[in-house]
Formats: sequence, C-alpha cells, structure tokens
Amino acid sequence: MRLRTPNVLLPKSWVACVAVLLLAGVLPVSAAKIGDMAETDWRTQAVRFLTLSDPAVRYALAGTALLGVACGLLGGFLVVRRMALVGDALSHAVLPGVALGFLWNMSKDPVAIFVGATIAGLLGTGTVFLITRTTRLKEDSALGMVLAGFFGAGLCLMSMFQRLPSGGKAGIDKFLFGQAAALGPGDVRLMAVVTLLVVMVLGVAYKEFLLVSFDPGFAQVSALPTRWLQHLLMLLLAFSVVIALQAVGVVLVSAMLITPAATAYLLTDRMHRLLLIGALLGLVSGVSGAFFSFLGTNLPTGPFMVLSASGLFVLAFFLSPSRGLVPRWWRSRGQRVRIARENTLKAVYQILEDEAFRRDSISLRELAEKRRVTLEAAGGEARSLRRAEFATLDDETVCLTPSGWQRAAAIVRNHRLWELYLTHAAQVAPDHVHDDAEKIEHVLGEDAVRQLERRLQFADTDPHGKPIPGVHAVHGPSPAARPGKPTGYGGNR
Amino acid sequence: MNLVPPFEFHRVVVAPWTTELANYGVMALMSFLVAAACGLVGNYLILRRMALVGDAISHSVLPGIVVAFLATGSRGTVPMFIGAVGAAVVTTLLIEGIHRHSRVKQDAAIGIAFSSLFAIGVILISLFADKVDLDQDCVLNGELPLIPLSPSVELWGIALGPPALVRMAVVLLLSVVGILLFYKELLVGAFDPGLASSLGFRPGWILQGLMVWLSIVVVSAFEAVGAILVIAMLILPGATASLVTDRLGRRMVLSVVHSALSAVLGMHLSVWLDCSPSGAAVVAGSGLFVVAWLFGPHDGVLPRIWRRRRTLEGVIDPAEAEDYPGSGRVIR
Repeated sequence: MRLRTPNVLLPKSWVACVAVLLLAGVLPVSAAKIGDMAETDWRTQAVRFLTLSDPAVRYALAGTALLGVACGLLGGFLVVRRMALVGDALSHAVLPGVALGFLWNMSKDPVAIFVGATIAGLLGTGTVFLITRTTRLKEDSALGMVLAGFFGAGLCLMSMFQRLPSGGKAGIDKFLFGQAAALGPGDVRLMAVVTLLVVMVLGVAYKEFLLVSFDPGFAQVSALPTRWLQHLLMLLLAFSVVIALQAVGVVLVSAMLITPAATAYLLTDRMHRLLLIGALLGLVSGVSGAFFSFLGTNLPTGPFMVLSASGLFVLAFFLSPSRGLVPRWWRSRGQRVRIARENTLKAVYQILEDEAFRRDSISLRELAEKRRVTLEAAGGEARSLRRAEFATLDDETVCLTPSGWQRAAAIVRNHRLWELYLTHAAQVAPDHVHDDAEKIEHVLGEDAVRQLERRLQFADTDPHGKPIPGVHAVHGPSPAARPGKPTGYGGNR
Repeated sequence: MNLVPPFEFHRVVVAPWTTELANYGVMALMSFLVAAACGLVGNYLILRRMALVGDAISHSVLPGIVVAFLATGSRGTVPMFIGAVGAAVVTTLLIEGIHRHSRVKQDAAIGIAFSSLFAIGVILISLFADKVDLDQDCVLNGELPLIPLSPSVELWGIALGPPALVRMAVVLLLSVVGILLFYKELLVGAFDPGLASSLGFRPGWILQGLMVWLSIVVVSAFEAVGAILVIAMLILPGATASLVTDRLGRRMVLSVVHSALSAVLGMHLSVWLDCSPSGAAVVAGSGLFVVAWLFGPHDGVLPRIWRRRRTLEGVIDPAEAEDYPGSGRVIR
C-alpha cells in the first residue's frame, strides 16, 4: 500500500505537464497576435484560468464540464444507433427557438431561451420524422432541409432583432459560435439541473433505454413504452443541446454529441462503459476548449472544444488498444510474420522428409526451389527463422533448432490432420483439401488438435499417404538428432 | 415594439423592381443563381442519398477558403476554388478513412470530419481576423447585401455586373453545360453504379467529378449565403421538385423554377421584414417546400387524404387506385 502513495501526487504533476505542453503548442499562434493585444498576455490568462481566481473562469469551467458530461452521455445513444446526424439537425433547428426565447423579455433569460430552444428542437426533429414518414424523401434530405430551413428562419429572426432599439443583439450572437466566458451563475445553475436530470433519468432507466436502442422489437414485446422512451430520449437530447448552446454554439454543438461518444465507441464494447467514457471525454474536451479560448481575446469556445474532442478521437483512432489502427496493424504484422515463418518451417520439414530425415540441414537453394522464390527471398526467410531462434544459418545452410523442429512438425501435423478431417468428416475430395488446410494450419490450437486426433482415431497417415507427425515428432528431438544418427542439430558434424 | 414592420405595398413590392432595382434586383438575381446552381447538383445528391455529404462539404470548404486567403492574401477566384476543392477532397478522404478503418459508422464519420474542419476554419478566422477579409457573420449569413456594392466587372467595355455575380453565372452556365454533356453518365451513376461500370463509365470518377462540381458550386455560393445556408440551397429545390415529379429532367427544370421563386419571394420577404436576405430566401424556399408537401400530386398530404377517402367511399375501386398517378413509388 505504501508504494501507492506517490500516485496521489501524480494527477497534479500530470496536469502541470499537460498544461506546459498545451501552452507550448499555443505559443507560435499567440506570438503572431502579441502585437495587437498586448493587454491580454496569454501567460497571465493561463495563470488566471489555472488558479481559478476569476469568477468568470469558475462559471466557464463548471458550465463546460457539465455540458460535456451531458452531451457525452447522450451522444452514446446517437452513435450506436446511427443517428449521429439527427443530433446535427436538432442542434441547428434550435436557433429560431433561441431567438424567440430571447424575444420573450428582450434579455438573455436562460429559462426563456431554454424553453424556446427545446420547443424548436423538438419541432425540428418532429418535422424530419413527418417528412420521412409522409413523402418519398429519404432521411438525409429531410435532415438537411430541416437543419438549414430552421437555421435560416433563426438567422432571419436574429437579424430582425439587430435593429431593435433595445440593443437586442447583446449576447445573442454568442449563441452561434459559443463563448464560455459569457456564462453567468443562472446559466450554470440551469446546466447543473439539466445534467443532473440526464444522469438521473439514465441511471434509473438505463436498462430500458439500452433495450429500446438495441432491440426495439423485443422492447415492444416486453411491454415497455417504446415510443415514450424514444420521445424521452429525444427530449433529453434537446435539453443537453440547449444547455450546450451558449458555450459551444449552435453550429458545432452536434460535434459535442458525436465526437466524444464516437471516441468512446472505439475504446470499449460495453454500453455502460461507452457512456461513462463518453461523459469523461466530453468533460475533458469541454474544459480544454474553455481553457484555449480563454488564452486570447474574443476567441470562440465552441471550435476549440470541438478540436479538443477531435484530437482525442484521432488519438483513439490510432492508439486504442483494441481497435486502434496502430495496435491492429502491429498485431496483424506479427501474425503475418508468424505465418510466413511457419510456411518456411513447413518447407524445410518437407525437404527433410523427402529424404527420410537422413540429413539435418538444407541449403538455401533447396529452400528457394521448394518455396518457389528467389535465392535472396529464401535468405530473408531463413534469417527471419534465425531471429525467432527456429533455425541456425551458417554458410547458406539452414539447420532447424529443437524449437524450430517442433514448430515445423506441429504445422505439418495441423495441415495433414485437417486434410484428413475434411476428407473423412466433411466428405471433401482429397484433391480439394490442400488450400483450406494451408489457412487453418496456422490457427489450430492444441485443444482443437486433440479433438481432431480423437475424432480421427489417432490416424497416422493423411489422405495423400504422407505420415502425420505424432507426439514423438512434435515434442521430441529432430530425427537427425536422435541417438544412433551420425549428426546432431546445429551442424556438429 | 415593432418587430414586424407594417406591410407597405409600395416599399415591399413595387420599389424593389423600380427605383431600387440596381440593389435588390442584383441581390435577387444572385440568390437565384446560387439556388439554381446548388439545386442542380443537389438533385444528384438527393438521388444518391448523399445530402449530408453536401452538408459536410459546405461546412468544410471554410478552412479551404481561409487557407487560400492566408496563402495568397487576396480573394482571387482561382485560389479560392483550389482551396475549396482541396478541402472537399480532404473531407471525403477523412470520412472514408474513419468509416473504413474503424467501427465508427458513416453518419458519425461525417459529423466528426466536418465539425473538425469547420472548427479549424473558425479558429483561423478569429486568430487572423486582421488578415482575413472574412468574419464569423459572413460565414453564417453570407454577404448578399454587399454584392451589389462591389464594382462591376467589364468585358470588352460592357459592364457585366459585380464579380461574385459574374462568377456565379459562369458556374451555373458550366453546370448546365456539364449536365447536358454528361446527363447519361450522371443518371446511370446515380441510380445504378453497377450498370454504369458495365457500360464502361467509371462510377468512381463520376462520384469524384460530382464532388469537385459540388465544391466549386459551394465555394462560389459561399460569398452570398455563407457556409450553412448552402445546404438549404442544395437540398430544398431538388426535394421540392421530387415531390412534384418523378422524371429527373423535369426535376431539374422544376428545381430551377423553385430557385427563381424562392429568390424573388425571399427578396420581398427580406425587404418587408428588413432581415437577412439569404435567410429570407431559405425561409421562402422552405415555404415552397411546405406547399409542395401539402398539395403535391404525388406525396402531397392533402391529395393523399382525399384519395384515401374517395377510395374508402368506393368512388374509386381500390384496384383502380393502383393506376392512379402518384400511387406508384418507383422513380422512373
């Protein structure tokens, strides 16, 4: 237990490291701007942000963290159900509602805007549903039309406010690209309530939502109120889009739904983990977006949040342990190398077998002829065997080591056993079984081999009349190294 | 509070065509050209169910334009086109790459790709605000009201009009010529890529050509309507036309008619309400869509209700109703 104590310090130092790295990344950009904005040095801004001395910073931080959690949680349902772009349409469709909510009492009243935007968003998704239901237009066209039509109406309303004497514009344009610094205590309170609601509803009805998302038919026969659950999910989605609006902006809020959840989708197979990871990633991207936009004057928050989320996605895309491109490439490369080695071993075995194992070694030329490759390629294959300590290579002479011999015998055994199995159990003609066995020989495990042997009653000859290497061959020394033979392995002539 | 100004007939309806023609006429013409060019491409997007790829590309041309700006320091046509085509290619590659090399589905891949690129564009604009002659408002709204103010392009001593207008007209003209030349290829490519390749057309090339065409149309429309309303221009005309007719050729013609109507109606709407002209054009176009949705002969909601009632009353034999126009769902 005492060993674990240093870990308590780790988060702080880790945060500091990351902060330094992030700052380093921003440096050139800020340097280009330093002339025209001497009053807001990014270093003082960063210190202000990290020390949380400013109430605006605290509100921005709390707000972005909350919205990240709400969007990341709900986005999981969109991503697994291939409804990602419904989130896009929903988020654009809220704009006229924002404008009308603003009109309510000509001020940035969080509750009025919340209500207006939620209604508009639900109207938008309802319209998409109606269009796909009653016309031949497909979902993509319906989404695009609703997205842009509602957005256009919202822009019209907003441009009408701009000429009102009450200075209606103050603050409303922040809804387009987001400004976390403009969040006030009222906004944050509303965000906290909504996030709590989302978490609670998902916590209570997680099982039901899971069922409705993955198997609506089964949900229906289980007497779940499927339609109401779908509506509830849509309502929660609209809620979380609306609370995210002011910090992320209408245009990019869909990315906060999609990207963290898609990232989580690359990291896990379990839905509850997907939701939790999505919420965590949403939180991280929200907070880092707020941080970056805080470093300069008048930088919008939304794009930085989206880029942070996309950065995390790129990391997961390449490095996710189970599904990342790099680990997958690495694994498949390892497998390719292994299969190539096993094929070489098999060729060596067959050459030795053709001469009844009188010799202990073969020449590279023989290997090249058997494998039908050039001499250089055969040399490469032999060197690959040597790297795995399956063979020694001395003056163009390849000699299997004990482990190489055993591996070679096992592969040949797998191949011939499988051929025998296909001809006996699956009634395949003997001249059709070779190609299949070429593939399966590399993946047959010892358990499967035991089963095959038992089923084939420990037969020792394959359909082509060649002996199947038995336990003695696979686990014993090479025939060339047995007592009474003139040579041992390794060229001890 | 006078949010909705009174409807003064002369100011709203007559003046734009008489005393204010130089201003509003040019704006309406521009918005017609934009909607017509977009609508023609959009028909193919709708047929191929790629409407949201159009959405993605219209967002992601933004960083292409900004980078072209920063690289050349001017708003030249050629660099802008190159930037936009480059951005479109990057977008399609990103979508394909994410979709093919991970378990993320295409819809989420589209969402991730365009939002990241758009975010990069917005950040570049706000970082280099002093160098880039673009602002966030232009990205969303376009600058339709500014177009009539720019100096006219002259060719052989004839004043043709503002550069954006001329560019858009050329793009529209090229689109029409392109459709006439490659009508067969585009049609077969949209409906049956397998048949297209067996006929010796290259479906992949047709798709790439469509993407390049789309990005050029989107970038020339950008100045007028911004990055987001373009989607409406792309989809609304074709979607409205598809509710009225099944034939692709008629859809093309109807989508141009839709563009003209929405441009004129939108112009009047924006004069009346004194609001964003590009937004008003989209609202007018959506209104036309709703009209077609309610009354269209094929999928129209009201004719269908009426037909169903007549069928139920036995005025039309149900078997006969099969031959009734609009009951066939096959697009010929």
